Amino acid sequence: MHDTNYTELIDNLIVAFKETFLMCGTSLGLAILLGVPIGLFIYVTGKGVFWQNRMLNGIGGFLVNVVRSTPFVILLVMLIPFTTLVVGTSIGPVAASVPLGIVSIAFYARLVESSLHEVDKGVIEAATALGATKFQLVKEVLLPEALPGLLRGLTVTAVSLVGYSAMAGIVGGGGVGDLAIRFGYYRYQTDIMIITVILLIVLVQLLQTFGDYLAKKSERK
Amino acid sequence: MIKLEHIHVFFDNRGKITSAVKNVSLEIKKGEVFGIVGTSGAGKSTLLRTINLLQRPTSGKVIINDQDISQLKGEALRKTRLHTGMIFQQFNLINSKTVYENIAFALKVAGKGKEEINARVPEVLELVGLTDRAGAYPSTLSGGQKQRVGIARAIANNPTILLCDEPTSALDLETTNSILDLLKEINEKLGITTVIISHEMDVIKKICDRVAVMDGGELLELNDVYSIFTHPVHPFTQSLVNHTLSVELPNRLLDTSKNRLLKITYIGIKAEDAVISEAARIYNVNLNILHGKIEYISNKPYGILVIQLTGSHEDMKNAQNYLIARTFKVEEIHA
Repeated sequence: MHDTNYTELIDNLIVAFKETFLMCGTSLGLAILLGVPIGLFIYVTGKGVFWQNRMLNGIGGFLVNVVRSTPFVILLVMLIPFTTLVVGTSIGPVAASVPLGIVSIAFYARLVESSLHEVDKGVIEAATALGATKFQLVKEVLLPEALPGLLRGLTVTAVSLVGYSAMAGIVGGGGVGDLAIRFGYYRYQTDIMIITVILLIVLVQLLQTFGDYLAKKSERK
Repeated sequence: MIKLEHIHVFFDNRGKITSAVKNVSLEIKKGEVFGIVGTSGAGKSTLLRTINLLQRPTSGKVIINDQDISQLKGEALRKTRLHTGMIFQQFNLINSKTVYENIAFALKVAGKGKEEINARVPEVLELVGLTDRAGAYPSTLSGGQKQRVGIARAIANNPTILLCDEPTSALDLETTNSILDLLKEINEKLGITTVIISHEMDVIKKICDRVAVMDGGELLELNDVYSIFTHPVHPFTQSLVNHTLSVELPNRLLDTSKNRLLKITYIGIKAEDAVISEAARIYNVNLNILHGKIEYISNKPYGILVIQLTGSHEDMKNAQNYLIARTFKVEEIHA
């Protein structure tokens, strides 16, 4: 047992939070940037939608499933060569953001797809009847109508990312979760573990509340 | 104006083929309000959707203004849709857009610029009587208001055709009437050819000029509305009409041992003569009116009267014959 040095702990926590925010922020950004188009792609190539294409839909869905079904720890290791190629290193929080980003893209793409399915078919039909182009359908109808669902999905993704990022310690990514494991678990500093876990709970609560607020605000009801 | 030629629509549901529309041919005239009536599952909605190709017919032709549009795709199809407005039972407004933006969207789709949009939206809003709700979101509107927005959106681009898919089925009676009045007003003011489908004869009666009756995907009968009500040919049409024009009497009045019960139907000008009181005067019978109503269909009266005749056997017979000669139809009611 170590005696807990609280000033050191605070310094560590500050660093860890920065790392968590870096990793989760980057991958969440990637999820929005690429998860939305991929989810949209799977949706519009789906059965009964305007770009129906069984093969493309199958390929898209398969790729997303491959990422989603591989345990994150395995993916983290498997992607090391790719990570090195993209960011020049395979360790540290930036490097950890690559596999985290890929997981969140796949995760969010599915949520995007399902919120698009929630959009009232009648509204799409009405816009089609007006003579809207496919681009207009996507930009003016599908995405705005799905916005509350998209925001809820983003919240779920962000919360899951906080969990996943705890495993980033394997590649030296650091972060709050990793701090809890290293100090609290490996070094038996239960107090540190409890403190960090409480902080994580607070973080997740804040994320959820903020996400709910945004979704509610976008609902127009 | 709109010509449908031998329209068939088949749906392939996992190998099980159902035919929703079977060999329907009809012609809709420019500027008229044309109704399609039938029970749910009759194929009327599917048929309506072939007019703007939301539903592509499996075979047959959709001809609008002498142009066969059934094979159009992409940009050409989009262009024809700009001339065909459509409103829906569930309104189908874009919930994330305000009333103003919903209408502006229709204009944007037609490639209109900002200035034109800002000039046109208030115009159509005024036409449907919703000027004060321009900034509201659909979820804050009542059903009737939502349908008004739907109508405004559908006519924003000055279409020549307006398709109405059960436009009042989600509305209460009073709102239904105000929406039908609005549709009629728009039809008369703008000369838009209006096609309206409904399962309610009351809707047809109120605003249509002509009506097609559908059942099981087939077109059973097509005529002007007054003729459909007064001379329904097909049994299915007869049952639809009887539903609307039924008169029901309590059982105790159906005892005809001492008197006769007559159901008299009179149409057109004859409805305005005083035949009933004359019959009573001439033949020394007592007449008691038990039930009656007059419907005005296409502004022509159509009346039903149930009367009880009492008097001598001979007098009752003569009075009945007198009425038969002077009214549209006399039926004896028996218990």
